[in-house]
Amino acid sequence: MIESDNSNLLEVKNLKMYFPIYQGLLRRLVSHIRAVDGVSFFIRKGETLGLVGESGCGKTTVGRCIVRAYQPTNGEILYRKDGKYVDLTKIPYKKLKIYRRDIQMIFQDPFSSLNPYMTVLDIVGEPLKVHKIAQGRELKSQVKDLLSRVGLSVKYISRYPNAFSGGQRQRIGIARTLALKPKLIIADEPVSALDVSIQAQVVNLMKDLQGEFGLTYLFIAHDLSIVEHVSDRVLVMYLGSMAELVNSEELYFHPLHPYTEALLSAVPKFKPGMETHRILLPGEVPNPSNPPSGCKFHPRCRYAREICSKEVPKWRDMGNSHYVACHLADQLTLQGITNNS
Amino acid sequence: MEVNLKERDNEVKDKIMIDERPEVNLWKDAFRRLLKNKMAILGGIIILVLLALAIFAPYIAPYHYAEGSLLDNYAKPGTKYLLGADFMGRDLLSRIIYGTRISLSVGIVGALTAFIIGVFYGVVSGYYGGKVDDIMMRFVDIMYGFPTLLLIILLMVLFKSTFAIATTGTFVGYLNVVDRAFGGLFFIFIGIGVTAWLEMARIARGMALSLREKEFVEAARATGNFNLQIILKHVLPNLIGPCIVRVTLAIPGYITFEAFLSFIGLGVNPPTPSWGMMISEGYKAIRSYPHLAIYPGLALAISMMAFNFLGDGLRDALDPRMK
Repeated sequence: MIESDNSNLLEVKNLKMYFPIYQGLLRRLVSHIRAVDGVSFFIRKGETLGLVGESGCGKTTVGRCIVRAYQPTNGEILYRKDGKYVDLTKIPYKKLKIYRRDIQMIFQDPFSSLNPYMTVLDIVGEPLKVHKIAQGRELKSQVKDLLSRVGLSVKYISRYPNAFSGGQRQRIGIARTLALKPKLIIADEPVSALDVSIQAQVVNLMKDLQGEFGLTYLFIAHDLSIVEHVSDRVLVMYLGSMAELVNSEELYFHPLHPYTEALLSAVPKFKPGMETHRILLPGEVPNPSNPPSGCKFHPRCRYAREICSKEVPKWRDMGNSHYVACHLADQLTLQGITNNS
Repeated sequence: MEVNLKERDNEVKDKIMIDERPEVNLWKDAFRRLLKNKMAILGGIIILVLLALAIFAPYIAPYHYAEGSLLDNYAKPGTKYLLGADFMGRDLLSRIIYGTRISLSVGIVGALTAFIIGVFYGVVSGYYGGKVDDIMMRFVDIMYGFPTLLLIILLMVLFKSTFAIATTGTFVGYLNVVDRAFGGLFFIFIGIGVTAWLEMARIARGMALSLREKEFVEAARATGNFNLQIILKHVLPNLIGPCIVRVTLAIPGYITFEAFLSFIGLGVNPPTPSWGMMISEGYKAIRSYPHLAIYPGLALAISMMAFNFLGDGLRDALDPRMK
């Protein structure tokens, strides 16, 4: 299922994250919210893996499990450091610090991700201080260097976050992320809170930095057009499970999962003649504490057959490293984004 | 090409935006807004004057608070006694000036205990959440369940009756000695301290609960900060402003409590001049000698209003939405 080779920086195996639901006076455990229910993937060194899906499908939870903001219920998160794989889920919280240097996170909301009572110097310099990398004048010069790398003027170093616009705040956040010279960056919807014109700036900055520092990204988003622009491969998630995994071009032109098809039909088209009819999914996202039987997507799938409600679809290799979890993958011809009219 | 132009436009706009904004820190900014508020300034000045009166009382007051001549009892305001004299012939003005000490110290000690205990308790409870939060907050709920006034009255009765006959040398005996040295104030401090921190704990807890979900706290955690570092650097600075406001607005309440306790005879020991006790002594003769109750009452009202004005001003200054 997983192509294991030496170029993988991170391998996630059968990751599960269940959040318990307690009810009543005695806090009885009633059930679990299965936010992430058996997700496996790998990220090669230097590549960008896009992770898409609608709100509540567990994509953010995957990211937070990797940085160990959550302790996963089950599964392995193997990180490759100095030629050896280390299972991050087994490392006690206190010994995690050396791995935290390697794996950093970019946050979604630039307004809540910066402490309003700290200056840019303190915000960007904090990781350096915590990891005892630099102090005093050395710290300041490193922070200045980071600021110019992300395209911010050095003279704003003693400003507070309230002086900056959304895009600039996100740049400050990126500078903080880069401070520890991480190898893997979990970008949790880094641009979805920004204006479209600023989105392009920030995404391009992230791509430039990837080239400059050899970064590896896990790029979480719900906007397929951005994901296509930045990702080498894309993993589509639905309700805590994997739906499809393939390189981004293939995904856009030849989707194999009906859910991907529906997502693609929602991508805005810019050229005349590039029309696809919008596929509207009926119903709501089911409750993750009580997912539908068989294929989780079947109640909303317009191709669903009997088998879909009975059997959980297998994760299948359809050749050309295109993976999909759909019973009908080899029977359907789905509509991607067509370039010719 | 178009995109590039737009990007450049945005960058230019961003630059202008930043350069236009003065370089201020949020605290300085709040202080500047506070200075613009006339009522808050008035309140602040009154509080400073009261503080000066309290500190330099022996130099300002014309008489000592306990010294009186029985020949001058119930003297009308005049040249000898500016505000008159009470039933024992003690100068009312001097007693009011010394009384500032009692009221202010009760207010300040109440505020400090509420702030230190309440904020610490609330932040720990809210930041750690879960079971810790459940246990800590149920205790606060139970304490809240007692009617505050009744609780303080019962405590004061306990202190004044049971503790008063405690043998010297025991812990309670020592407390008693301390209390007598404070003129009966020490037990009032304890009584107010026991109840005052509850509200603050709830406020701080609520704010810590919402702050710990903020992304900058998560970023700090992902960086490898310890919980204590996160609390000190990221949680506390963000909730201390509103807590200062609440505590300033609560000070008049503490001052009233002391006045009330002294009024019903559970407060300071005579001859310590507390405004509440002076009102209590004065109201018995209010028809013939109204000045005995009116002037201490006025002092009480003015100081309470001053704290309220300052608190309101602080709230407006520290609330970022008021910008």
